[in-house]
Amino acid sequence: MIPEIGHFSLVLALLVAIVQGVFPIAGAALGKPAWIALAKPSARLQFVLVALAIFCLAYTFAVKDYSVLYVASNSNSRLPLHYRVAALWGGHEGSLLLWVFILNIWTLAVSFFSKQLPQLTQARILGVMGLISIGFLLFMLTVSNPFERLIPAALDGRDLNPLLQDPGMVFHPPMLYMGYVGFSVAFAFAIAALLGGELDAAWARWSRPWTTLAWIFLTVGIMAGSNWAYYELGWGGWWFWDAVENASFMPWLVGTALIHSLAVTEKRGSFKAWTVLLAITAFSLSLLGTFLVRSGVLTSVHAFATDPERGLFILAFLVIVIGGSLGLFAWRATSVGKGGSFSALSRESLLLSNNVLLVVAAASVMLGTLYPLFLDTLNLGKISVGPPYFDTVFAPLMAPAVFLMGIGPLARWKKAELPELVVRLRWAFAVSLATAICLPLLLGRWTPMVGLGLFLAFWVFAASVQTLWLRLKLAGLPLTGRLRSLTRSWWGMWLAHVGIGVFILGVTIVKGFETETAVRMHPGDVAHLSGYDFVFDGVSEVQGPNYTATQGNLRVSRNQREFASLHPQKRLYTVQNMPMTEAGIAAGLWSDKYASLGEALGDGSWSVRIYYKPMVNWIWGGCLLMAAGGALALSDRRYRIKRKQEAAATA
Amino acid sequence: MKRLFILVPLAAFLILVGFLAAGLRHDPHEVPSPLVGKPAPAFNLPRLDDPQLTLSAAGMRGQVWLFNVWASWCAPCREEHPVLLKLAASRIVPIVGMNYKDQRDKALAWLEQGGGDPYLASVSDVAGRTGIDYGVYGVPETYVVDKAGTIRYKQIGPLTEQILVEKLLPLIMELKAE
Repeated sequence: MIPEIGHFSLVLALLVAIVQGVFPIAGAALGKPAWIALAKPSARLQFVLVALAIFCLAYTFAVKDYSVLYVASNSNSRLPLHYRVAALWGGHEGSLLLWVFILNIWTLAVSFFSKQLPQLTQARILGVMGLISIGFLLFMLTVSNPFERLIPAALDGRDLNPLLQDPGMVFHPPMLYMGYVGFSVAFAFAIAALLGGELDAAWARWSRPWTTLAWIFLTVGIMAGSNWAYYELGWGGWWFWDAVENASFMPWLVGTALIHSLAVTEKRGSFKAWTVLLAITAFSLSLLGTFLVRSGVLTSVHAFATDPERGLFILAFLVIVIGGSLGLFAWRATSVGKGGSFSALSRESLLLSNNVLLVVAAASVMLGTLYPLFLDTLNLGKISVGPPYFDTVFAPLMAPAVFLMGIGPLARWKKAELPELVVRLRWAFAVSLATAICLPLLLGRWTPMVGLGLFLAFWVFAASVQTLWLRLKLAGLPLTGRLRSLTRSWWGMWLAHVGIGVFILGVTIVKGFETETAVRMHPGDVAHLSGYDFVFDGVSEVQGPNYTATQGNLRVSRNQREFASLHPQKRLYTVQNMPMTEAGIAAGLWSDKYASLGEALGDGSWSVRIYYKPMVNWIWGGCLLMAAGGALALSDRRYRIKRKQEAAATA
Repeated sequence: MKRLFILVPLAAFLILVGFLAAGLRHDPHEVPSPLVGKPAPAFNLPRLDDPQLTLSAAGMRGQVWLFNVWASWCAPCREEHPVLLKLAASRIVPIVGMNYKDQRDKALAWLEQGGGDPYLASVSDVAGRTGIDYGVYGVPETYVVDKAGTIRYKQIGPLTEQILVEKLLPLIMELKAE
């Protein structure tokens, strides 16, 4: 009964979405206030219906109803409750439902927090979001119904893929989808602006906080996924350039470009057409990612069950949404007025260069991801493009982007003077260059990549400090007043940039100085790695809720002082009879000590792999700083003031 | 002029759609190879487990064997590894591995992590020269070589149980009877 209620409310949601997608936009075009007024109620009603559907599915998982195919395929009676609920998005159908639900969360938020916008614009935005929802609801109801019955019912479920049975599964997909789908708001704003022909600074001002919020979620989502891969896959890697990782990274790159371009459009009125194009592209890449993951045109470790029928549906949807919006762009964007002019060296031009570099980087990731498909289609053979390609292409593109990032915040709008910039940044340059040369020598190994990475990281730090210093000096007030003169959005920018530096530092140090060893260990044996001693105390058997595990026990010490123990596991998930590794990690600010258990080699000894990962946590710490910077910018005064005005207006 | 420029994104997208549509009809795992029916290119490479020893294609003459190209950096290899392990345990056919553009320590660790070594032996093709002779497009790839040293089948992408049961095993049985 409950699954039928869920199914039925999805059908109702589709009908409501059609109302939401058609009437407000048509009403705005034809000038019918009654149609326009449908936008908000229909958006909110749709949210309630989709929420009911997702609640029904969660309930079905919770009560272990194996007469529902999706539940039977993705859970098991011995699966703990939190994973049974997370299993909701462990497969294709359920993750689509999550997608639609999150789209509805964003739509609901827009319906509540857009009172400052003209009625027509509100109606168009909600209408566009309704149209997107129609596509996904239709997709679910026709070829991917999560509520499909399994008759006769299964005695027990086939279990959630053991790889997904991890706390990361509870957070990573919802976060990532909040980011992906969040770009639909900026997209809907852009389409609404094109439809209305009002591409002005106000449009950019409204889009900015939404885009930043989506970008924060995407940043945290990608970070969580990378961290998950690091401790779950047991090979010590944190990014694999897998097709699905790339699918989340491309919108991030373009979204980052969009945030910066929106700033220029708001402040200076320039780049209007470019900003619209970026807004369309960021969301299009989110959709493309969805297509790539589900259609089976590429192979990936994340591959969902593939089905050409589904692929065709998504492709048709892509053509309508992306093709339609790019067509609209081509039709309307010429009417967009030019913004303020700027010279070849100015904050505008630096931001534009950064934008271009980010977009080219996204394009090169896309090329690498789709290259096998292109060659295959042209009958030029099959290839797989691996990390070597991405590493080679990505670093040269990002290095100048990061360098410009150090200069940008110091340059003046409209026209900057090169000598002035050189004078202002010469110390930052000298400090970073000296660090790049000396620090690796102190650490015992200098390679060009380590040098470049350290240079960029310290360039970001030094330039940030310099920028802060100049800001405080220029303000010409007592220190407290000077500090207050800096807005939270400025601090947000500053913090996010420092986050990039922290990230680069982490990547550089871990790539340059990580060490690993594979040893055969008998209980009592000691392995040595980078100054640490690892004592192997043998293995013990551990019984999990739905797996059995052999757990290795290692004690880590340095200079005879013991400070951590590692417990890597080899698990056997009994339902799918699938072995999994679980790394044992002693995490720290300066390094991780990481062990994974290999094979039993007889006579009680085991093969054990031990990794020393210096500063690996800075990688994720840098991402968190970026996200925190975004959050700080969102909390800026001007947004709060708007809220208050809004509240006053409604009161 | 500006009008034309503004059409570029749309045009690029439509080209992409063309590829995606065509891609739907292709199975990314299935590939014809010009090498099928030709003699397996000769190689004589150091063994991964002990670089002092070498293994050559000529040395495999007289038996049906599989030649599997793998690397520790290749994610799909991990996917097919259990299939290879099962096949190796059945002792139906010897599998020679070629560790492609890889580092020895990483490769050895990878085998250990992946649950064992399914190979009779793996040879190291660090520079990828033998890979060129075999026309390795991407990793993993698997070749079936008959008793006379002729390549009879080539699989690009990971082996699955299905491919093994439906294609490889019948072919191997047939070749063994020749």
